[in-house]
Amino acid sequence: MTAHDLYLLSPELSMVGLATALLLLDLFVARKSLILGLGVVGLIVPLGFTIALWFTIGDDSAAENTGVLAGTLVVDKFALFFKFLFIGAVAVVGLISVDYVQRFERFRTEFFALALYSATGMMLMAATVELITLYISLELSSLPLVALAAFLRDGRSSEGAMKFLVLGGISSAILLYGMVYVFGFTGTTYLDEVAARIGDLSANSDQPFGSYALLLGIALLIAGFGFKITAVPFQMWAPDVYEGSPTPVTAFLSVASKAAGFAIILRVFYVAFPVEELSIEWSAVFAALAALSMTVGNLVAIAQSNIKRLLAYSTIAHGGYLLVGLAAVAARTGGDEVDFGPSGVLFYLAGYAVMNLAAFSVVIAISNHINSDAIKDYAGMAKRAPYLAAALAFALLSLTGIPPTVGFIAKVYVFGAAVNAGLEWLVVVGVINSVISAYYYFSVIKVMYLSSPQSDEPILSRFPIRLAVGVTTVGVLVFGVYPIVLLDIAKAAAQALFS
Amino acid sequence: MSLENFLILGAILFAIGLYGALSKRNAIAVLMSIELMFNAVNITAVALSRYVVPASLLGDAASITDQAARTLLTGQIFSIFIITVAAAEIALGVAIVIALYRSRETVFVTDATQLKN
Repeated sequence: MTAHDLYLLSPELSMVGLATALLLLDLFVARKSLILGLGVVGLIVPLGFTIALWFTIGDDSAAENTGVLAGTLVVDKFALFFKFLFIGAVAVVGLISVDYVQRFERFRTEFFALALYSATGMMLMAATVELITLYISLELSSLPLVALAAFLRDGRSSEGAMKFLVLGGISSAILLYGMVYVFGFTGTTYLDEVAARIGDLSANSDQPFGSYALLLGIALLIAGFGFKITAVPFQMWAPDVYEGSPTPVTAFLSVASKAAGFAIILRVFYVAFPVEELSIEWSAVFAALAALSMTVGNLVAIAQSNIKRLLAYSTIAHGGYLLVGLAAVAARTGGDEVDFGPSGVLFYLAGYAVMNLAAFSVVIAISNHINSDAIKDYAGMAKRAPYLAAALAFALLSLTGIPPTVGFIAKVYVFGAAVNAGLEWLVVVGVINSVISAYYYFSVIKVMYLSSPQSDEPILSRFPIRLAVGVTTVGVLVFGVYPIVLLDIAKAAAQALFS
Repeated sequence: MSLENFLILGAILFAIGLYGALSKRNAIAVLMSIELMFNAVNITAVALSRYVVPASLLGDAASITDQAARTLLTGQIFSIFIITVAAAEIALGVAIVIALYRSRETVFVTDATQLKN
């Protein structure tokens, strides 16, 4: 462990340091609201380190930069891209929980510290290239999330957390079983070595992946990861957990946890199981999961009366759109733009993060005031809170995929990658689903703008929440009108998967 | 003993654990079933790391190469990590069961039905 290694790990180390420092400060600072603010401002440190690493290390693939801790973690632009995403998401979660934490009485600091620990686990997930490390960082990200889901300590919150823990435990066990088979039949847990061994095995055998046991392992991996990204048919936990959890945790789950899941899927499947060298194509499996997730997510969302549950099903549907990008492996048809699919997924994840966080920020601002998440209680919001209603409407338009929002550009990019890879049928399914989704997103907008309000009392929110709503809404607009900067960053990050 | 015996044992334990986790009413029994699944994975990991070291790597027993030793140990290290994380997971699980019991006076997962469409 040299000083250089410490520099490579500095974003994660400073995140853990920040969370621990907040917990210690909590012991002797009387004004607890100060600590949360300090925590959000303190995120500048890991952000600064990540920016420094992006410009100094990002392009340099020299051996001393790529392997930390016996080569289990790498620092490349792909990992750094996700570090930006997780730091941004946890910062917004900190801002929007400013009023919400009052409900936790004594445990306000622990709430944000757990979110920081979870974000650290996600940052490690994006950086890992080894299966054991992958499992440890996955649990580091999900165990704090379970504790956060139970944070309200009432019946609903505990029930959601219990379902999260049990189904999360089952999916972890399935994932581990898959990893163990991949390890057992290749003799290594390093992803690049796995790819090399599978190449050798496939050359000497006409069985998929060289042996049926390995095929079983990979099927189990897909099931385990599918849980993390709420792909149908592994989505059953999501609506209950999203509804029962404190709303800032729901926002964090739907944005950051999902992005982390896609980060490891991209890394594992592009590095360990590159399509052109294998006799069977996993992208067909992801195409099927994509079609199922989009259709089920959107159809069930129509029937929802609770905004958190509606956004939960919308998250499942967006997981489907993201899987379209994952299934779009250009190598299938010999397309020349190999990184079209992965960079589309990265762009979509960033765009989805801003638009979903914008929607959740408004939902929290409103529920702080009216203490309800029922859609019917949003009646006449346009009169009671014109700016919040406009921001929510804009975020929902973006989730539908209507220009000039980031949701439109992201969908164009992902569907374009699918056409490029010869998956026209999947694009047709995706576009039909976008039309279905317009129905339930617009019905929320209709309730806000056309129904008469239940009371005339205006809804006022504090500065941090207004800041979060403002920043994310501007993000939705800017990335939608001028996406080229984010696109270039996503392309540079996706390129790291192919080096 | 051959590798198949261990893999079959692992698969049977995994299936029993999965069945228990999906069918038991008592939350504690569900957590125990999940633990059983983890241990099935452990057995498989250790057995695979013992038996599936490519013969070319092993050579004669006196001169085990670095790479063979690494393969031999990886499965065992994997299982130690699994045991550690599973312990953390169960601690969290029991805490949530207690929270559930305090608010609902039950440890039966079939009674936790407040969240529905």
